[in-house]
Amino acid sequence: MNSVKRKKLIDNLFTYGLVVFCWIAVQALSATGHMTNQINGLLVPICMYVILAVSLNLTVGISGELSLGHAGFMCVGAFSGSFFTKLMAEAIPSLQARFIIALVIGALTAAFFGVIIGIPVLRLRGDYLAIVTLAFGEIIKNVMNVIYVGVDNGMLRIAMEKKANLNLSENGRVIIEGAMGITKTPKASTFTIGIVLVLITLFIVQNLINSRTGRAIMAIRDNRIAAESVGLNITKYKLLAFSVSASLAGMAGVLYSHNLASLAAEKFDYNMSILILVYVVLGGIGNIRGSIISAIVLTLLPELLRGMNNYRMLIYAIVLIIMMIANSAPSAIAARERLLEKFQRKNTKEAA
Amino acid sequence: MKKLIGLSMAAVLAASLTACGGSNTAETTAATTDAAVAQEENEDGTGESAEEAPSGETFKIGMIGPLTGDAATYGLGVRNAVELAIKEVNEAGGMNGYQVEYKPEDDEHDPEKAINAYNALKDWNMQILIGAVTSKPCIAVSAESAADNLFQITPSGSAVECIAEPNVFRVCFSDPDQGKASAQYIAENKLATKIGVIYDSSTEYSTGILESFRPEAEAQGLEIVAEEAFTANNATDFSVQIDNCKEAGAELLFMPFYYTEASTVLKQCADKEFAPIFFGVDGMDGILSVKNFDTSLAEGVMLLTPFSADEAGSQAFVEAYKAAYSDTPNQFAADAYDAVYAVKAAIEQGNITPDMSVSDICEAMKVAMTEITIDGLTGSQMTWTEAGEPNKEPKAAKIENGAYVMQ
Repeated sequence: MNSVKRKKLIDNLFTYGLVVFCWIAVQALSATGHMTNQINGLLVPICMYVILAVSLNLTVGISGELSLGHAGFMCVGAFSGSFFTKLMAEAIPSLQARFIIALVIGALTAAFFGVIIGIPVLRLRGDYLAIVTLAFGEIIKNVMNVIYVGVDNGMLRIAMEKKANLNLSENGRVIIEGAMGITKTPKASTFTIGIVLVLITLFIVQNLINSRTGRAIMAIRDNRIAAESVGLNITKYKLLAFSVSASLAGMAGVLYSHNLASLAAEKFDYNMSILILVYVVLGGIGNIRGSIISAIVLTLLPELLRGMNNYRMLIYAIVLIIMMIANSAPSAIAARERLLEKFQRKNTKEAA
Repeated sequence: MKKLIGLSMAAVLAASLTACGGSNTAETTAATTDAAVAQEENEDGTGESAEEAPSGETFKIGMIGPLTGDAATYGLGVRNAVELAIKEVNEAGGMNGYQVEYKPEDDEHDPEKAINAYNALKDWNMQILIGAVTSKPCIAVSAESAADNLFQITPSGSAVECIAEPNVFRVCFSDPDQGKASAQYIAENKLATKIGVIYDSSTEYSTGILESFRPEAEAQGLEIVAEEAFTANNATDFSVQIDNCKEAGAELLFMPFYYTEASTVLKQCADKEFAPIFFGVDGMDGILSVKNFDTSLAEGVMLLTPFSADEAGSQAFVEAYKAAYSDTPNQFAADAYDAVYAVKAAIEQGNITPDMSVSDICEAMKVAMTEITIDGLTGSQMTWTEAGEPNKEPKAAKIENGAYVMQ
């Protein structure tokens, strides 16, 4: 038992170490002037996608439910966080403070929606969560496309369809502007904050997995009837995993919205949700470290292929297929194991 | 569960494949391959010249726009026109006596990718940016370029916020200007008093125009009898919107959106025997080149556009463009062509040289842009205000006998 625990601890520490190593490597590279602007600009998005992939892995890999609306939670988080930062621009002058509060607000809002969706759906068996989250993502996107929120004289005004419906007084300002979304959110996301958020995400997810709760969640995934028969509250545990996953996605959304001057709902569509799912599936369902690596590789890849012009999307698709085959085809797995065995045998021989 | 994942993966692969196919649709295949060849040559050429000449001998102009994906038509138009204009400029002796290098980057109509493209261009030592082509990426990029104080001119970023930064200028009209000008034109020419509007509520372009059209129409004594929205997701069936406009007795249908959707609306209006005056804005330009569209349906359509491919003044450009890319240029291309010549005029006005720092170039350009006057494809005697807004007259065109006729 103890050795299993120690192995898990080492495994977890290795994952943290990987993230910290990335941070140190980047700091070292930028200190010596070896960073290109291109890589520099990709650092925050990479952190964001890592958080998204790890958090979705909690739902898909650990809880065993398929979620197709992760971008919807990200959208909710991004809009609520950005909204707060813009609204409180005068009340809280420190951008850093506003950003940190915005992160919390984004996470809480997304968790709230996660609970609302989870309560009815997670009671059901089967693939209903996939269907409902898919619908949720689309609904959120379309609602954010037509909603207008403005503020005047300390009053919030909300309207649908057109700006004129807000009836703002002259000193009022519009914060959420329908299809235009939120523009000019101050840039507060930095790589260091991104890494800290990644570590927080890892801390939450890995501790959850290795806790009593996590074992309950995985027991439900593996055999629902057996878990129920020993008295586990199925809905409670599933809801817990799902809302934690949603709130982390919301946090990633805030990181996204504070990195760009333009935030629009159209970004958070079905393709975005699937993109995150691709990271999870290619990294290995249930494998946290795999999610991190695949998110990093697949975010970097299309950008580093920019020199290929029109062929880069083609190459990206081919790489996806190759990764999928290498990861899941039985013959590929067998070949990999043979190779590993050979390598190990060689090692033991050398040791002998 | 596994099946569902498998299905979604299949969907992703299909989507990514169509995404790469997007730029290779029948309409643009020839253009892209030609352009790719031209670009390769160009890159080879610039590569050599960069090796021969130390930096500071040439201007480096970057371009950002959607070269793949749904909005690729606009980005490719801009890329081709910029390429064409820079080739002409280089053959005629360059800008202020210096040759110009040029590099386009794809943003897939996504603000996040636009920033990546911008950073990639910065690594290439870009000095002046033409782009981004679409509004939201343009806003995102302008925040970055403002931080770097790099001169940016967008050919077609029409949202108000695009040029909020002092270092950003634009060539096209802003959305509110178009809405206002449309209402004024309709009222002044007494086209109709009862107006029905169909608009795309999911794009800032369409809603932006409508936001300013509405108050101006009221001020001019026009009555908006119906206002019907659609979104990009359901832009194939307009029967409800058309029926509502018809029942409300609209004499004129105002259509502030792009020509692809407009062709569907025109077709469905004809099916329903609803024949008001159709009035579009600059996004309508290009309707005659829609594939499988019966152009007789567009007869009598009016549009407010700064550019027409059939105009006498633009023939030289249209011919050259057709020869190089076997495609008819749209207004995005025309705006981009003008942008290059505006940059050239400003560089010469401010006596800017490539060995200046990016920030110095930007400061000099900001002053010079307000001092120049150019006769371009999208307007004669164009000038720019300090805010970056162009001064040019909107022109109305009417489609007669399958051609745009300027009014």
